[in-house]
Amino acid sequence: MFGWEFPPHIAGGIGTACEGIVKGLAHNGVETIFVMPAASGDEDQSCATILNASDVPVQHVSDTVEEFLDKVKFISVDSSIVPYVDPDEYFDAIEKMKREQVRETTVGFGHKFKFSGKYGANLLEEVSRYAQVGGTIAMQHAGEFDVIHAHDWLTYLAGIAAKELSGKPLVVHVHATSFDRGSEDMVDSRVYAIERRGMEAADRVVTVSDLTRNIVINKYGIDPAKVVTVHNAVDFSGRENLQVERGVKDKVVTFLGRITFQKGPEYFIEAAAKVLKRTKNVRFVMAGSGDMMQRAIRQVARLGISDRFHFTGFLRGQEVQKMFALSDVYIMPSVSEPFGISPLEAMRSNVPSIISHQSGAAEVLKYALKVDFWDVDAMADDIYALLQYPALSDFANRQGFDEVNALKWNNATAKLKKVYESVVNE
Amino acid sequence: MKKSICLYFQVHQPTRLRLYRFFDIGKDSHYYDDFANRTILKRIAQKCYLPMNELLLEAITKQKGKLKLAFSITGSALEQFDRYAPEVIESFRKLADTGCVEFLCETYNHSLSSLVSKPEFEHQVLKHKAAVEQYFGVTPKTFRNTELIYSDGIGSMVYDLGFKTVLTEGARHIMGWKSPNYVYNNDMQPSQKLLLRNYSLSDDVAFRFADRDWSEWPLTAEKFLGWLKGAEGEIVNLFMDYETFGEHQGAESGIFEFMSALPALVAKDKEIEFVTPSRAATKHKSVGDLSVPQPISWADEERDTSAWLGNELQQDAFNKLYGLQEKLSILNDAALWGDFGRLTESDHLYYMCTKFFTDGDVHKRFSPYDTPYEAFINYMNVLSDFIIRVNNAMAERG
Repeated sequence: MFGWEFPPHIAGGIGTACEGIVKGLAHNGVETIFVMPAASGDEDQSCATILNASDVPVQHVSDTVEEFLDKVKFISVDSSIVPYVDPDEYFDAIEKMKREQVRETTVGFGHKFKFSGKYGANLLEEVSRYAQVGGTIAMQHAGEFDVIHAHDWLTYLAGIAAKELSGKPLVVHVHATSFDRGSEDMVDSRVYAIERRGMEAADRVVTVSDLTRNIVINKYGIDPAKVVTVHNAVDFSGRENLQVERGVKDKVVTFLGRITFQKGPEYFIEAAAKVLKRTKNVRFVMAGSGDMMQRAIRQVARLGISDRFHFTGFLRGQEVQKMFALSDVYIMPSVSEPFGISPLEAMRSNVPSIISHQSGAAEVLKYALKVDFWDVDAMADDIYALLQYPALSDFANRQGFDEVNALKWNNATAKLKKVYESVVNE
Repeated sequence: MKKSICLYFQVHQPTRLRLYRFFDIGKDSHYYDDFANRTILKRIAQKCYLPMNELLLEAITKQKGKLKLAFSITGSALEQFDRYAPEVIESFRKLADTGCVEFLCETYNHSLSSLVSKPEFEHQVLKHKAAVEQYFGVTPKTFRNTELIYSDGIGSMVYDLGFKTVLTEGARHIMGWKSPNYVYNNDMQPSQKLLLRNYSLSDDVAFRFADRDWSEWPLTAEKFLGWLKGAEGEIVNLFMDYETFGEHQGAESGIFEFMSALPALVAKDKEIEFVTPSRAATKHKSVGDLSVPQPISWADEERDTSAWLGNELQQDAFNKLYGLQEKLSILNDAALWGDFGRLTESDHLYYMCTKFFTDGDVHKRFSPYDTPYEAFINYMNVLSDFIIRVNNAMAERG
């Protein structure tokens, strides 16, 4: 399995999803070799030891994370690939890495790769480098696997290389497409080309929602017969909801995520202004950061609601739980969201959620309120209703809690296992 | 009649806010970064206030009172001196005792109240006047507004409070062909005199002194005196931040040597002398009315109020803050008034300025925040807590 991040060193949600998938597969009796480019620094040294220690056979299905981690083979490939970042952040990350240490790594055929660089061309260069390394690893471990599984475009070339060198079937997993990252007319054609190549070369394309499945079919021209939806799940094991003392008496409505075009922050702000016209005992919070943040702050100031609309900046670790614990309504007004795990986390924290129809999560969540992202009147209505009518919020809260607890990776990966079986038998 | 040099130095330190997060709202009502405020104040006291006060005291004694100058020290700075460096107040008091130093009046909290609220403005002016009397035993007679903000209306407001002389900027768009090197009078109050900053000669010292790329570097006292004498007109008003000496222009630039040499040269000169602002107003006759319908200031290229109220963030924060006045007057609670005063400091709005390109460097240099947006978020979080306190107090009152 080719991924690019894995907890605890994660930049986005895909690392968490990969963990859930690998764990769920283990539960379903599927062994995994997880290949990842380790960009966080401390994986670098463990790289060799992991390779050496990796001939522990995976035979038992395990329940605890630690036990499981011992059984899954980790192969780290040093690289500066960081998914889902804008050029500035990428540059910062690279600069930080350079400061920490300048590394040269010998991989695969003995070529020396020096990692440093700029965005654009270099990220793509690293994608193809990862492909080379992927191919090498596939050859080295040829006898040990039956299916190749690649997560999102950065690993597709590695997946293709592995397929070509080993002859094993390839499954690509689409967590997001170029159309979710930019707007319709701002799609990076190079990324699009890689995505399309990966999907065409794949024996099966797994999408995280029907919404994404439709994009894959319509925008990438992939044969519907080989595109399968496996909805994401979420692993809440070992998690207790935080109890936090509230500072403000008012109800709190929260948006949590990257503040970018596709998350629809401006619709939330407009809805907030509408709600504030009708009731004063409410505060709105936009937690996160992103390239639209400054625009969002200006919009809030222009509407004259900045004493009721707060920005927290990027939240880390426990702060996310704390934010949910302080919230009365959660909102995800995404313009385009392949899945969107955050409302599940909110509902698990007993926070009723409003999500847009334009999200994959809307396909699986019955007890979230749903609106079109552009329909700020409906959004304001729903916010107001959840704040003012306890009967509604209690119901959404209780049902939503049970609903998200039932979304297990074990079930999702059972479906994934069937996909594997179908390509192995073909 | 000898030509006049009028020196006035601004002393101000903002009460910087701590990192105040959304999670703190309603829980913790201490808003200030005491550590940063103390550290910065002590550093500047060592680098600037104490050595420069000593230098000036020496020069006054040596030149037998021929060095005259003025200070305006904000209430925000005085409060912090009192807490962290009382020796600074003591050294200013010694200067006050020479009789050669005039202390000016301004808004207590270095606020923009003159632009929005007559009652709050008058309150802060009188509060500052009382503080100057208390600390230095002199009653201020001359007024300078925050950042030299001035308009005909503001002049009239302080005229009614008894100030016959006001300092402001010789802004090009107001002056037109006129020279700042004369005394003018308020268009609406003919007996109120205006002293206008000569920004070119002031900035030679305040901004360019240590600049080695400047064609006139190094600036010597002889050369500068030559310029002062050569400037056409009756008076040269050199108005600048006091932190110029030792802080903005470090000691290694030779600024202290420059400032001890200049008074000695002037004292010997037969054509030019130092005057305090109130002396300048009696010595020189007004050459004419100066009409300033819209507020001007000494900040940035625009010389207007756009550094504090130029964007929607600043305007919203400003309106939200001053929107509380009515409730505060009803409550009349000392603790609430104190925090309100510190939140009116114009610096908080200055940090939110988004004019990045020409003057952004100056803004950035003085801001504790990485971006104007962070400044806004932090300020609004603090203000939100403050609003909750005001509303709770109102509710208790019934």
